[in-house]
Amino acid sequence: MAHFTKAKNLHDWLNQRLAIDTLNRVLATEYWIPKNINFLWAMGMILAITFGLLLISGIFLLMYYQPNIDLAFDSVNYTIMQEVGYGWLWRHVHGVAASVVFLIIYIHMFTGIYYGSYKNGREMIWISGMLLFVAFSAEAFSGYMLPWGQMSYWAGMVITNLFAGGSLHADGLVEWIRGDYIPAQAFLNRFFMLHVLLIPLAIIGLIGLHFGALRIPHVNNQDGEEIDFDAEAKKYLAGDKANSKVIRFMNDFLAKDMMVVGIFLILFFYLVFYHYDFAMDPVNFDPANGLKTPAHIYPEWYFLWSYEILRPFSTDVGLIAFAFAQVIFFLLPFLDRSPNAVPASRRGLFKYWFWAMLIDMIILTAMGKVPPEGVFSAIGFYAAITFIGLWIILPFITKFEKKV
Amino acid sequence: MKNNSRRGFMGKAFGAVAGVGAVASLYAMKRSWDPLPSVKAAGFTTLDMSQYKENELVTEKWRGKPIFVLKQTAEMVKKAEKNPKDLERLIKIGNDYFLVCLGLCTHLGCIPGYNPDEKSFLCACHGGMYDFTGEVTKAPPPRGLDIPPFKIDGDKLVLGEEGPEYKKMLENGITLKA
Repeated sequence: MAHFTKAKNLHDWLNQRLAIDTLNRVLATEYWIPKNINFLWAMGMILAITFGLLLISGIFLLMYYQPNIDLAFDSVNYTIMQEVGYGWLWRHVHGVAASVVFLIIYIHMFTGIYYGSYKNGREMIWISGMLLFVAFSAEAFSGYMLPWGQMSYWAGMVITNLFAGGSLHADGLVEWIRGDYIPAQAFLNRFFMLHVLLIPLAIIGLIGLHFGALRIPHVNNQDGEEIDFDAEAKKYLAGDKANSKVIRFMNDFLAKDMMVVGIFLILFFYLVFYHYDFAMDPVNFDPANGLKTPAHIYPEWYFLWSYEILRPFSTDVGLIAFAFAQVIFFLLPFLDRSPNAVPASRRGLFKYWFWAMLIDMIILTAMGKVPPEGVFSAIGFYAAITFIGLWIILPFITKFEKKV
Repeated sequence: MKNNSRRGFMGKAFGAVAGVGAVASLYAMKRSWDPLPSVKAAGFTTLDMSQYKENELVTEKWRGKPIFVLKQTAEMVKKAEKNPKDLERLIKIGNDYFLVCLGLCTHLGCIPGYNPDEKSFLCACHGGMYDFTGEVTKAPPPRGLDIPPFKIDGDKLVLGEEGPEYKKMLENGITLKA
């Protein structure tokens, strides 16, 4: 057993048992951050804060929500919204955060793509991040079921039908996932469990992995400069703060992080109090009805791009294209064959590839929302083809890129 | 060295026992997620076929899914007779012909609407169309409306049980197993 002495104070008492000074050093005061990174690097902190908001608001919703197909709709739309003191606040915080978290995830992802932060030793950061994206998607979908409105029900119907695999006609699998022939009580209960326990646990674990993956390769920077973190940290600790290329995470960098978080939270609560409805689909204010379909079924905005990749093709081809869109981002570090981990603006054809991909996904998102008719379905079709084409040409255009 | 091999053996033996346990628990988890017996038992519906009126669509419920029942007029039957494939989709009870099908579009599972004047179904979501026998007349649906398993019992129809007429439809490729 370690040798314990009589503690001088509470700090010393804890330090002997939990090594809180070492922990503080490793996680905060000697966790080195490059100086030349801009506000886009604060998205990780914004995501952590938003996840915290979702967790806290979710706990309060959980106290009054009823996972029962006869009671669920009213427990949300009447009990929580009308009866529970400030119940509306938790619901609006939860609903807006669920939507906004995806906006920030996309910014976070495209920042990583632009600056090449998935390359040369940072592959695990990217892969763990994509796993988080998948977990958040499952979390959002399972949460969307819970108010048991019309869009909840039919989204559950359509999405679980995808598991029949088109012509494979695996209806047994679909019924197994639902626990019934249609989305019913068993379905609601198991998605409730997934939403409040299993997926959040997975998310918390993956956040740990994502942070851990950052520890050795360190965070990238705006110029793609390869920094010798040990040497720069030594300079900083010797007092030469001006010439060191790195700063402490706490309190130095955290000040900048928190400023960005502060601006974000002002916008966030503006949405919560004045525009909460942007995250709520009007159709979902009708109770679920298994014998009536809404005229036009579409997912929440953050899934529209992949929904639009599914839609313009025949069932089987659409499913394959959809599956392609779900997994292809994972392979980005390996499909990008260039040795450069620098901003896209300083690279070759990749510069155009980045903007083409971003614009294409915005077009897919817009087309996913409108009914698939006339010129819109044509645009959606070509945008889906473009998406697949861009990924196919990526290895070729990056292979011939010169080292900068 | 001797000790090492003993440890190795114990490790392998433990691994084998744990492996059996892991497979067994996976099976238990799979079974826990299966539909309950009460859900499966409620999977039968009996329809009294004498109550329906010609060319009037009635939506029944079977396993929570909408079931379309459309009694055919003499004119519709005559039209269907011209194309034997069409006639095979209909269920004959006494002297009457019925279309009994799942009211879910075979494309993405929305519910199509029936127009009694045009005698056709339209799924507004993606513009799919079906005729009065449930056959596709306009894509994207990949196939005609599915027919639920049925058994003819006098002038009653039991949904959920596979009678000889249904089995024949399966064999002829009229419908997929719903």
